[in-house]
Amino acid sequence: MSLEILTFSFMHRALISGVAIAILCSVIGLFLVLRRYSLFGDAIAHSSFGGIALGLMAGVYPLWTAYGVSLVSALIITRIKEKYDISGDASVAVLLSSGIAVGLVIIGISGGFTIDIFSFLFGSILLVSANDTILILSLTGIILIIVLLLYRQLLYSTFNEEQAKVSGIPVEKLNYLIVFMAGITVVTSIQLVGVLLISALFVIPNVTAIMYGKGFKQTALLSIFFSIFSVVTGILISYIFDITPAGTIVLLSIGLFAGTLGIKSSGLLSKN
Amino acid sequence: MLKIVEIDHLTVQYPDLKALDDVSFSVKKGDFLGIIGPNGAGKSTLFAAMLGLNTKYQGTIKFFGKDIRKSKDYLKEIGYVPQKPMFEKNFPATVKDIVQMGLQHESYVDKIDKILQQLWIHELSKRRIGELSGGQQQRVFIAKALVNDPKLLILDEPVTGIDQQSIELFYSILRELNSKQKITIIWSSHDLDAVNQLANHVACLNRTLFFHGQSDEFFTNEKLVKQYSEASMQEHMHHH
Repeated sequence: MSLEILTFSFMHRALISGVAIAILCSVIGLFLVLRRYSLFGDAIAHSSFGGIALGLMAGVYPLWTAYGVSLVSALIITRIKEKYDISGDASVAVLLSSGIAVGLVIIGISGGFTIDIFSFLFGSILLVSANDTILILSLTGIILIIVLLLYRQLLYSTFNEEQAKVSGIPVEKLNYLIVFMAGITVVTSIQLVGVLLISALFVIPNVTAIMYGKGFKQTALLSIFFSIFSVVTGILISYIFDITPAGTIVLLSIGLFAGTLGIKSSGLLSKN
Repeated sequence: MLKIVEIDHLTVQYPDLKALDDVSFSVKKGDFLGIIGPNGAGKSTLFAAMLGLNTKYQGTIKFFGKDIRKSKDYLKEIGYVPQKPMFEKNFPATVKDIVQMGLQHESYVDKIDKILQQLWIHELSKRRIGELSGGQQQRVFIAKALVNDPKLLILDEPVTGIDQQSIELFYSILRELNSKQKITIIWSSHDLDAVNQLANHVACLNRTLFFHGQSDEFFTNEKLVKQYSEASMQEHMHHH
């Protein structure tokens, strides 16, 4: 196989968008994983499926309705967790199924639009347009700047809410900010891996990086590295062998996770 | 003398019990106040109200002369060391990460090094918090509380589950912070002997405040000490 594929402009767009999404998902995912909110990405993604169906039925660009629905769902999850005595995982489970249910009913009512739905379920990174790429890059830039400016506060409220509150950190506002950024990240990433595999990008590189026993910044950088590696290698391999990019990307990151587990159990990494 | 804390007729009513009943006392600049009382005496309830974590109380709490209901600015002037901070064992944060959390900028680097040295945790600065012993973790949280130059340090039963050697070190650190750095300290403890040695004021709490004054007054009053010991003994037997 030659390097010819690197000259295609659709491949440029796919790789650039893919790298941006990889960075975004691993950064936001790290906070979610550490807050024991690993399935939050999944819940938002599933609820955005309802938003996509809504958009397709109404003839609106489906990602716009998905952004709307996912942000509303993110707020609902946070509100439920704060106000009522329902645990985070239970509220995530409720939302996860509601999104799919709404989506299925809408699809049923409109007589089914299978082809479009498939590309949202499983991603279509090779079909990303120039406009999509610009949108992905801008959102990534904005979110990363916010995280860089606030990461010590975000880390503190993630580590221990009560202590952070006592230090005068606006914990509630930061909680909303995190889920808000997670909602945007999820919908932005749908084009890369689709609704069904998004939480893999949030969770697997971070869980892998945490095993290396490093501090916060190094863990974040390791996770970004694993994420970019899986996405770039995944896109290239999938094109060369004509297989699905989403599945390939996720399998590669699972491979890195398994490899790290292997290194760790062989005693080459400290057990802590 | 400047009053750092003024608590006036503080009552906290939970649905099924009165956790604090008409508690009033004040803390002056430079005081080292030991708050003693059996389990369930309301020490944590008192701290939660003082730290703004529970706003459902009657009465007034003032820090530095200002009602804490009106402004949360006082939180910047105090350092709080919780009883046993809960976190994941593999949380990816080093000692240095922990001490820097919540700070706005990096201008504290030199100061952080100095504080870590003062607390004997300097060599641990690159280790993850979850790898440290209870005593070491506790010193990390004291370091964290000190990094903003607090005027007041509040410590909640900070020796639970910590080995004797670390406890001794911890007490000598507290003594130094109070006597040399002139930091006012409020410290809740079970350890009557330690309170006797370290604190210059004692508040004895069991839902109501039944003593507040100089620690000499408390410890030379056999009736009070006996009363306290019996209350905590009963509590102890209750728990076993």
